[in-house]
Amino acid sequence: MSQHAGTKPGTAKSRTARRRTRRMPPLVILLPAVLGALLFAVPLVGLLGRAPWRQLPTLITSDLVVESIRLSMITSLAAAAISVILGVPLAWVLSRVNFPAKALVRALVTLPMVLPPVVGGAALLFALGRRGIVGQPIYEGTGFLLPFSTWGVIVANTFVAMPFLVITVEGALNNADRRPEHAAATLGASRLAVFTRITIPAISPSLIAGLVLAWARALGEFGATVTFAGNLQGRTQTLPLAVFVALETDRDTAVAISLVLVAISLSVLILLRDRWWSR
Amino acid sequence: MSLAQSIGLRAKRPSFVPAVLALLGVPLLLTACGEDGTQRAAQVQVFAAASLTEAFAELADVFELANPGQEVRLNLAGSSRLSTQILEGGPADVFASADRPNMDLVDQAGSLLGPQVVFATNRLEIAVPPGNPGQVSGLADFANASLLIGLCAEAVPCGALAAQALAASSVEPAVDTYEADVKALLTKITADELDAGLVYATDVLAADGAVAGIEINFDQATSYPVAVLENGSNPTGGRLFVAFLLSEAGQEILKRHGFGGPGL
Repeated sequence: MSQHAGTKPGTAKSRTARRRTRRMPPLVILLPAVLGALLFAVPLVGLLGRAPWRQLPTLITSDLVVESIRLSMITSLAAAAISVILGVPLAWVLSRVNFPAKALVRALVTLPMVLPPVVGGAALLFALGRRGIVGQPIYEGTGFLLPFSTWGVIVANTFVAMPFLVITVEGALNNADRRPEHAAATLGASRLAVFTRITIPAISPSLIAGLVLAWARALGEFGATVTFAGNLQGRTQTLPLAVFVALETDRDTAVAISLVLVAISLSVLILLRDRWWSR
Repeated sequence: MSLAQSIGLRAKRPSFVPAVLALLGVPLLLTACGEDGTQRAAQVQVFAAASLTEAFAELADVFELANPGQEVRLNLAGSSRLSTQILEGGPADVFASADRPNMDLVDQAGSLLGPQVVFATNRLEIAVPPGNPGQVSGLADFANASLLIGLCAEAVPCGALAAQALAASSVEPAVDTYEADVKALLTKITADELDAGLVYATDVLAADGAVAGIEINFDQATSYPVAVLENGSNPTGGRLFVAFLLSEAGQEILKRHGFGGPGL
């Protein structure tokens, strides 16, 4: 990435920057843009306004909060990892292999993005629960149960998060320059070698972007988790579930947990955006 | 760009302005259609505990027949969620809570227009899936870690009552999930994903065979208070609804759904 960026793009960038500061953008564009940004900023201000700043240190170090932070980290990172392991090959197949029901498979992959998460959770429960079509044979054979376990949270998180990775990576694969791949193949590289040595490095910025999107979605996941995996402190109660429960009994704790979530998400998104997403 | 392409959306040179206007037009049109059909009835916003779901659906129907021009809108959730919504300014005309503490919270905030009146009582029962796969026979089984046990979260009345019942029998439950309200708990028992849970006797009745009930040795009942609130815009409708709830006809419906009378 750094090798291609010589001195020329740098000067072009500073030139556009100068032009940006000199001229005021048209009001018809600026006004809705500001309103749009406010829609995101105002709720955050509301949250900060309700924050119990003085008790914050004790609140966010309570057992409940520490356990749910730990659980949220484990499950969201695991879901992001599984999304890469399963999602990158899936994206590659969707991009590079022609098969009959491709449109259907692609729609299926993106379905969790439009499906209400609670519906997704119920569907998972009916499929993977101990009376589900897949869950019942597993349960009767091994005694292993996904619902009400940390594994269940990871499955629910992966279900809602993986589409973001697949879509990002598939888009990158579709737009990637194919010539290096063809050259490598001509020189005798196997298809697998081309995939690991040429394709993956070429799309790595998109892969990381997709990974971050998937992780962030998993971190915030609520509906599918509470429906499929239930709610138990230390086992299935992630940060969003802890907020949901605390909101009814102890609003200070709820706001404190929300701030933790916002802080984690914002810092990761800002850090990574500077590193990988800026063009 | 890549997102739209990946889900198969490929518009060629879309005409942006008409498309956006069309997007805006649809909701406007739908709102208009909904409004000018008939003369609008006055709405009574009733915030009611989740355990009242079936009983209040019937009560609302009968109330609307008896009071033309009043239309009941039910908001059903755990009582603690409802009291939070009301304290945050939720437009409730009537609040029917499954316990006193949540009603007291609203009362202390000065949101009540009239006194709180108990209109029903309820007691807990063990609910198990049909066939009782965990062979649960009493509260003692709730300590069995190999069974899948669900309770209501302690914030909601059924959870608080369940904790009392278990403590009274000195049972330390091995809980697998704390559900947000009694109906969410019932759903997981109905789906046969939990071996047992503590729900209201009325919920077992409402499930209509989808779960089996086992009576427990704990006769403390929870009281359901109701009150008219100043949050709403239709206090007249609210008073009418509460009066109907306490009338003979209203009490008859509640009784049929398994609720005990307020005098208990």
